[in-house]
Amino acid sequence: MAKIIVVTSGKGGVGKTTTSAAIGTGLALRGFKTVVIDFDVGLRNLDLIMGCERRVVYDFVNVINKEANLNQALIKDKRTPGLYILPASQTRDKDALTMEGVQTVLDNLAKDFEYIICDSPAGIEQGAQMALYFADEAIVVTNPEVSSVRDSDRILGILQSKSLKAEQGGTVKEHLLLTRYNPERVAAAEMLSVADVEDILAVPLLGVIPESDAVLKASNQGAPVILDHESEAGQAYLDAVSRLLGEEVEHRFLEVQKKGFLKRLLGGKK
Amino acid sequence: MSIFNYFLKKEKKSTASVAKERLQIIVAHERNKRHQPDYFPKMQQEIIAVIRKYVNIDDDQVSVQLDNNDDCSVLELNITLPDRSAD
Repeated sequence: MAKIIVVTSGKGGVGKTTTSAAIGTGLALRGFKTVVIDFDVGLRNLDLIMGCERRVVYDFVNVINKEANLNQALIKDKRTPGLYILPASQTRDKDALTMEGVQTVLDNLAKDFEYIICDSPAGIEQGAQMALYFADEAIVVTNPEVSSVRDSDRILGILQSKSLKAEQGGTVKEHLLLTRYNPERVAAAEMLSVADVEDILAVPLLGVIPESDAVLKASNQGAPVILDHESEAGQAYLDAVSRLLGEEVEHRFLEVQKKGFLKRLLGGKK
Repeated sequence: MSIFNYFLKKEKKSTASVAKERLQIIVAHERNKRHQPDYFPKMQQEIIAVIRKYVNIDDDQVSVQLDNNDDCSVLELNITLPDRSAD
């Protein structure tokens, strides 16, 4: 049986798509057949982050409307075996996704895949609710910043009341992923710490992704940042995938790194 | 950072702790509202309207809260009446 994981946040721009691409790729690297679905109808972007934008022919809405079958719409990732992408449609029709349509597609994917990652749009509207409705687990992406934390709490409320699992009396397993973390600013008491955010949201911590130049470089090139093993962000995502699979891995990159004399002199960058 | 700044900083709270406090308050407030039934805001308005027929009160002088315990729900209505001397 496939596991459905939604990547959500409420607030936009916190790193949902970056995370979906990284976690999806990470699961495939670990040998699980994985598909990442872009639920952001009208504002498709997962294809760009994963570097397959020129290979999109059919999309999620085409499959729902039976204008194409699933195999025609699925894009096989060229870098990572066992990884597939189902792109969102660029239609401006907000109601293009229907609950029955989404369910049929997920049911069909579940026959073939071990992990289904749903990349949610921002907001708490229909698209975001559709992305989380069928989820078994949720990765709530949060920045250490007031509006992001507040929105995460709202989306947690929706997960606990408006998901299929909740309606059946169960619970969606929640994970907190803190992104754009800056240990220097936390040390200067200018940024909420991991402990602060955990305190407020009370959700188990899946990982902390440090603010890193590697993320923009990765998206520039359309290669998920988890493939950049040199970067702290890439390594932090690899750790997060291990934790998602139930392994115990210690959290890294939470403390200020001491710069060596030469690095300080030359102003080294991560 | 100058020495002057260092001493100033001691007096002021860090921005991160201000953020945390603000968040704790707003999140607790919003979580409370989350468990309210949909009719709640309207009922609150109507209760205030009824009271206002007899006593002149402001909106913020009435607090209506619904507490859900294990097997019973308690509707708590708290009205601050104006000073008698003002009558």
